[in-house]
Amino acid sequence: MNKSLVGSRYELHVAREGAAESKVLHDYLAVYPGDEEEAGEKDVVGFVHSYEVGTTVDGPGIRFVAFLTGCPLRCKFCHNPDTWHKHNGHPVPVSRAMRQIGKYANVLKMSGGVTLSGGDPMVQKAFVTQVFRRCKALGLHTAMETAGRLGDRFSDQELQDIDLEILDIKGGDPATFQEVCGHPLKPTLEFAQRLAALGRPAWIRFVLVPGLTDGHDNVEKLADLVAPLKNVERVEILRFHQMGRDKWHKLRIPYGLESFEPPSAELTERVREQFRSRGLTVY
Amino acid sequence: MATVPKSNGARSESAWRGFTGGAWQTRVNLRDFIQRNYTPYEGDGSFLQGPTERTKGMWQKLKPLFAKEREKGILDVSQVPSSILAHAPGYIDKANEIIVGLQTEAPLKRAIMPFGGWRVVAASLESYGYKPDAALGEIFTKYRKTHNDGVFDAYTPEIRKARSSGIVTGLPDAYGRGRIIGDYRRVALYGVDFLLEDKAREKRELDDRHSTEEVIRLREELSEQLRSLKELKEMASRYGHDISAPAANAREAVQWTYFGYLAAIKQQNGAAMSAGRLSTFWDIYFERDLNEGTLTEAQAQEIVDDLVIKWRIVRFLRAPEYNELFSGDPVWVTEVVGGMGEDGRTLVTKSAFRMLQTLNNLGAAPEPNITVFWSPRLPVGFKNFAIKASIDTSAIQYESDDLMRPKWGDDCAIACCVSAMRVGKQMQFFGARVNLAKTLLYALNGGRDEVTGEQIGPMLAPITAEVLDYDEVLGRLDPMLDWLAKTYVNALNVIHYMHDKYCYEAVEMALHDRDVLRTMACGIAGLSHTADSLSAIKYAKVRPVRDARGLMVDFKVEGEYPYYGNNEDDADDIAKLLVSKMMGKIREYPTYRDAVHTQSVLTITSNVVYGKKTGTTPDGRKKGEAFAPGANPSNGRDSHGALAALLSVAKIPYDDAEDGISLTLSVVPTALGTEAERLARGCGALDAYFSSGGFHVNINVLNRETLADAMKHPDKYPQLTVRVSGYAVNFVKLTKEQQLDVMNRTFHGSM
Repeated sequence: MNKSLVGSRYELHVAREGAAESKVLHDYLAVYPGDEEEAGEKDVVGFVHSYEVGTTVDGPGIRFVAFLTGCPLRCKFCHNPDTWHKHNGHPVPVSRAMRQIGKYANVLKMSGGVTLSGGDPMVQKAFVTQVFRRCKALGLHTAMETAGRLGDRFSDQELQDIDLEILDIKGGDPATFQEVCGHPLKPTLEFAQRLAALGRPAWIRFVLVPGLTDGHDNVEKLADLVAPLKNVERVEILRFHQMGRDKWHKLRIPYGLESFEPPSAELTERVREQFRSRGLTVY
Repeated sequence: MATVPKSNGARSESAWRGFTGGAWQTRVNLRDFIQRNYTPYEGDGSFLQGPTERTKGMWQKLKPLFAKEREKGILDVSQVPSSILAHAPGYIDKANEIIVGLQTEAPLKRAIMPFGGWRVVAASLESYGYKPDAALGEIFTKYRKTHNDGVFDAYTPEIRKARSSGIVTGLPDAYGRGRIIGDYRRVALYGVDFLLEDKAREKRELDDRHSTEEVIRLREELSEQLRSLKELKEMASRYGHDISAPAANAREAVQWTYFGYLAAIKQQNGAAMSAGRLSTFWDIYFERDLNEGTLTEAQAQEIVDDLVIKWRIVRFLRAPEYNELFSGDPVWVTEVVGGMGEDGRTLVTKSAFRMLQTLNNLGAAPEPNITVFWSPRLPVGFKNFAIKASIDTSAIQYESDDLMRPKWGDDCAIACCVSAMRVGKQMQFFGARVNLAKTLLYALNGGRDEVTGEQIGPMLAPITAEVLDYDEVLGRLDPMLDWLAKTYVNALNVIHYMHDKYCYEAVEMALHDRDVLRTMACGIAGLSHTADSLSAIKYAKVRPVRDARGLMVDFKVEGEYPYYGNNEDDADDIAKLLVSKMMGKIREYPTYRDAVHTQSVLTITSNVVYGKKTGTTPDGRKKGEAFAPGANPSNGRDSHGALAALLSVAKIPYDDAEDGISLTLSVVPTALGTEAERLARGCGALDAYFSSGGFHVNINVLNRETLADAMKHPDKYPQLTVRVSGYAVNFVKLTKEQQLDVMNRTFHGSM
């Protein structure tokens, strides 16, 4: 249903935990232990921002996409800052999630599947693995949109239930990567390489932000890292847009990219070519 | 038993050369002819040809006329009352036209049709700065009664009140009812002499029947039909064509068919003058000519292009109120392509492709209203071609072949937007639609109009509760729907009685069997608002705010409730209930000529007019705001994506809405993926929707140009789906203008 997610639950959460800091901004930016904890196995309760059915941009075909809350990263260009904190989402037990998905199963089987996105679904590993397991039992194609930071949480076995990994790598230059999202490149890279070793199909995404990630070297390095991965079916260049800006304003988080523009057609082509020239399929 | 008239013997034999014979040879039976002779096509569009220089030249000749027309409103008018023979032949470019025939003696020159009503004609003329001819005015006020006069002679005070309050409006009491599709193919297949003989036989059969009112009327109608067939022949001969015998080649087949249609639009100005399901029929002739070596593909396409140019310049003189109701000069020259035959073969032929190709050759346009009968079993080549055409032009609508075929057979076509019928065997009594949302308000306000305060509906005990109770409201709604249905059917009976009497569609009905099925095509508007309002009352707390007159003019809602359009049964069931309830009520009232009751959930642009006349509704829609169109969920209330919205709409039972259920979807295409993937996704989406019981969808795929238009007029693009990968839209409600502005910049260069 249509609840407002601005702040309220988060503020309650802070009050309960007795957080020492009172500055909303700092607290919002921080990552709390509560956002990372695992739950038990029985009808795990997930936290969901929203779901949408019929999207054609979150994996192959027509998809049921659920945006989970919780993300360890704090990307400067994030268009979903309202998903950073797990407890900002609606609690949804796996059984209810599957009931919703079930309504569309016949249709999704014809052409498409289920994608879990967010935030970063890896934050809610128990929920995610249960949902994917049940989706596979229904014969549905599964995909996960993630930045791969918490890849270690998933066993090889659990990765088998994910037909397609849509991995968003923030950049190839470690310093730029850290600047962009506040985390090191290494864990994501290792996850990407692990997927390649396991032969798990993957799409790589790169968010192109002129003035932040568009550096020639940053892109070159990423292209070099991705090129040898045999499991990568395609690379998608996501052009920066400003539809997330209003969310930052509503949450009263200072937005560093206020006047940044979407990349031009020329810049986008240049970046695409950097990947294409290494034999990758690029969109 | 009609046979090939002796005088045409040799011509007909030659015209039918190579055709597989059957029942169609001795009796009018288009379906039999088609089934025995057509060639299904399962390939792709690679055989198609572009526009010839001639075609480009023809279209160019019209461009300055269109510009002038846009400037002035209409280009020109003829005050000769229109009929099949009233106007001398007219041409765009006589030397170069392949398919000939204009409504008047000049392109885009509009005719007056006073038999529908003189006041309307006078008002229309005056609104464009023309002075109505005084002599004609005298004739049609003193000597010859019109349809409009007749209707108002028989309207009851109750009907008049309902009309003025806006609960029942837009009725065809002052404009041509349309919704009749002559089987124009008959002219081509048989030639007019055969049809004359057949009609004469049909009339002779009545000689021995006792002269009841019904029989007398039928005899008179058949006489009118015979007269108009002769006029049709004469009209064609003035254009240099002898259509007494069957068409002998593809060009003649298209030309003869078009003459039939032309005669119809000279005689009548129905709101919808639809074409039928012509391309599969024509394809039989195209195939024969191509095989005989007398036609090339480029020439075949040229014939279709020229015909479509004719369809695009059909014009009717309309009054300002009409333009408010049906804006944009629509004609609804609806042509059906695709579909599956009852024997399992597809009815897709190369000519289905040729028809879609006109969108490429002549550019996108709303006419003809190309309608694809979609089935998941259609050949992939055609599906992809259609989706591509949608992506490129947004000029196609899709309807469920699998829902229609069991009811109407595989030779059915669409009148206007969503109303199916068997061609040549059925006609519809068009009934526009009633204002369901206002009906709910009447139920809440004891039958008083929430805007004027007048007692329009039955006086019911007022609801005094502070919080609306669902059962109490339903209890009031029931008698209100009853009254509405009674008044509505009463009005429609009067209208159609008088239209038959004073403004009979003789040539269109001449191209039908004598005994046709008639449907009384009712309709409802404001479904989403009524469903959501009831949902609010049921699941949340709705407190009415009453004004000084004691009328509920606003509503305070506490709590959450499910909205129609999210594939949630709690809300969708209410929408279903409303449709079925209304259908049940309508069915209780006897119809003129025993027409079968049907209804549509379709508004076209009357959603704006109706909204203007309706007060604030409990779902949050403010007084005067437009309704969502057709069966669309309310703007912004669908929060779970296109498929969720589609599946909600697909739940509306076609059995209780046999006149059609309309859904409009606007999408911004993604730049991601190959074209093949984009097409596959489009096909997948339609397969999914139609397999889940969906009936109709009109898809607007925005491109750079339409994006600019959408930014200015977002209401023209309902159910706009703006999606970017990974972007969770639920949280922020950017205004559509804002989203589109961002999309515009983001997708610059890649759409």
